[in-house]
Amino acid sequence: MTELVDIVLGGIFHAAVLFLVAAGLQLVFGVQKIVNLACGSFYALGAYFGITAVGVAIKLGMPPALFFPVLIVAGLAIGLVGLPIERVLRTVYRRDESYQLLITFGFLLMFQDAFRYLWGATPRTMDNVYLAYGTAHFLGVRVPTYNLLVIAASLAIAAVLGLFLERTRIGRIVRATAENRDMAEGLGVNASRIFALVFTVGCMLGTVGGALVVPSGAASLDMAVELVVESFAVVVIGGLGSMRGALVGALIVGLMRAFAISLMPEMEMLSVYLVVVAVLILRPAGLFGKATA
Amino acid sequence: MGIDGPWVLLALIGIMALLPLVAAPYVLLLMLPFVGYSIALFGFNLLFGTTGLLSFGHALFLGVGAYTAAVLTSKFGILSFEIILVAAALISALVSMIIGSLCVRYTKIFFGMLTLAFGMLFHSFLFKFYAVTGGDQGMRVLRPLLLGMEWRGGKTAFLTGAFYYYALTLFALTGLTMWRIIRSPFGLHLRAIRENAGKAAYVGVEIFRMRLAAFVISAVYGGIGGTILAVTTGLADPELAYWTHSGNLVFMAVLGGSGTFVGPAIGALVFVVLQDFVMGLTQYWRFVMGAILVCLVIFMPQGLAGTIELFFSRRGREA
Repeated sequence: MTELVDIVLGGIFHAAVLFLVAAGLQLVFGVQKIVNLACGSFYALGAYFGITAVGVAIKLGMPPALFFPVLIVAGLAIGLVGLPIERVLRTVYRRDESYQLLITFGFLLMFQDAFRYLWGATPRTMDNVYLAYGTAHFLGVRVPTYNLLVIAASLAIAAVLGLFLERTRIGRIVRATAENRDMAEGLGVNASRIFALVFTVGCMLGTVGGALVVPSGAASLDMAVELVVESFAVVVIGGLGSMRGALVGALIVGLMRAFAISLMPEMEMLSVYLVVVAVLILRPAGLFGKATA
Repeated sequence: MGIDGPWVLLALIGIMALLPLVAAPYVLLLMLPFVGYSIALFGFNLLFGTTGLLSFGHALFLGVGAYTAAVLTSKFGILSFEIILVAAALISALVSMIIGSLCVRYTKIFFGMLTLAFGMLFHSFLFKFYAVTGGDQGMRVLRPLLLGMEWRGGKTAFLTGAFYYYALTLFALTGLTMWRIIRSPFGLHLRAIRENAGKAAYVGVEIFRMRLAAFVISAVYGGIGGTILAVTTGLADPELAYWTHSGNLVFMAVLGGSGTFVGPAIGALVFVVLQDFVMGLTQYWRFVMGAILVCLVIFMPQGLAGTIELFFSRRGREA
């Protein structure tokens, strides 16, 4: 029983981070219709920058309890790189989607070497934060408090994002632009500003996800390309463009991986792809996607 | 006469046939991956340029070809390259029939994502099942027999001598076959599907079967290209099937110009030479290649061959 709780909690922790990145991918796809292959790079960028930010925080003598908020602020701040990138992407909005995929692939390659230049090729770890928060008892198992904090933060971000999109004026405008860009522009919406906003928020979701995950693991050059396929799996399972889909997809992928790692390690990623293939064959639009051609 | 004809391909083959007389072995060794990628790209572009389906998992078939060569040579001791080629083509065809019948029902981004998922499925199989595939170590590919003959001498002598001409012959055969395929009624069907699938179906084109046929042909080309890459490096490793490698294939096709027949081959040539050149300049070559890709997409979406063609057709009109 305790083992089961352990696996499930591990899976949910992974799902919490995965959800943030996938939500960024969904938001950008929903509004700009671009599948952003660089979403994994944003995630890695958040992770590397998080390490640097905590390093600065330690130098300034901040107490370890503040590291968690420091990581979130660092993630949000570095997410602003989305603004200049959106400026470049703007040139291909009306083009064929193969070009849109390729341009984000180009960004992914560039980020890869930017990380190598700035932070070196060896993985960077930071365990001082992870240990500083200690462990908690939860349903009879000891879990790192930090993991619970991340799960809570991810849920909070999901709620804020949902409220923003459903309840605020700008959220309504964003949804209208996603539905029909030309019509929204006809009604006086400044679509380029909405695009810039959406892309930056999408980018921030990825960087915050990366910043939150790094204390529990390491920032490495591989994390970007590996996470891309995982978050692809999430959005395909959940349905492209659907936020609810991102949540459910992230839970499925997170739990699948957690169970596979403890039961059949060689099936770790294979199991995820099998689910993806099964979903695409049975429900090509994903669990929550709109039916499209 | 436009740039888009088999004569550009024939000229390229002619130059490459004379290359061993003047070029250093290093340059010839660089030409082998170019030939491998070119063959794979002829197939890839039948799917992408002609049929309008963007596969983001096409490196899967490079992996199939490479691992076929590895398993046959180092596990079964079958060294005849002709048998390896036939086996790689057959296995690629079989795999692509299964995958293709699931994938070609979708178009656009869904097709891309589904092929990516299958590519990564294959990659994680290669990566995790050590007993069968050697895991991240990969598998050795032994020196094959060409035309049933054993070739003595060092590795470089073999690769730049007999194998170079063998690969070049394959390049010529597959290239000219692809030209025939594109110019055939079948090719016309595929272009009709790309332009307007609904209309094509209305006039009697069997969309599903045509798309599947294009997918299978492109996979066979990928498998053949993969065997050449594997013999060149002497190794089949999982990275061959990784999704970024598929991304590189798309990069090459667009670099050369996916709207033209020879474009992808030119793209492969420029990519291989450029990557080698930039790698010699800086360890941050990915950044440079990424920046080139971004600029290419923004300023030259027709690719090299497409831009030259556009230039000629404009001049033709002015004259």
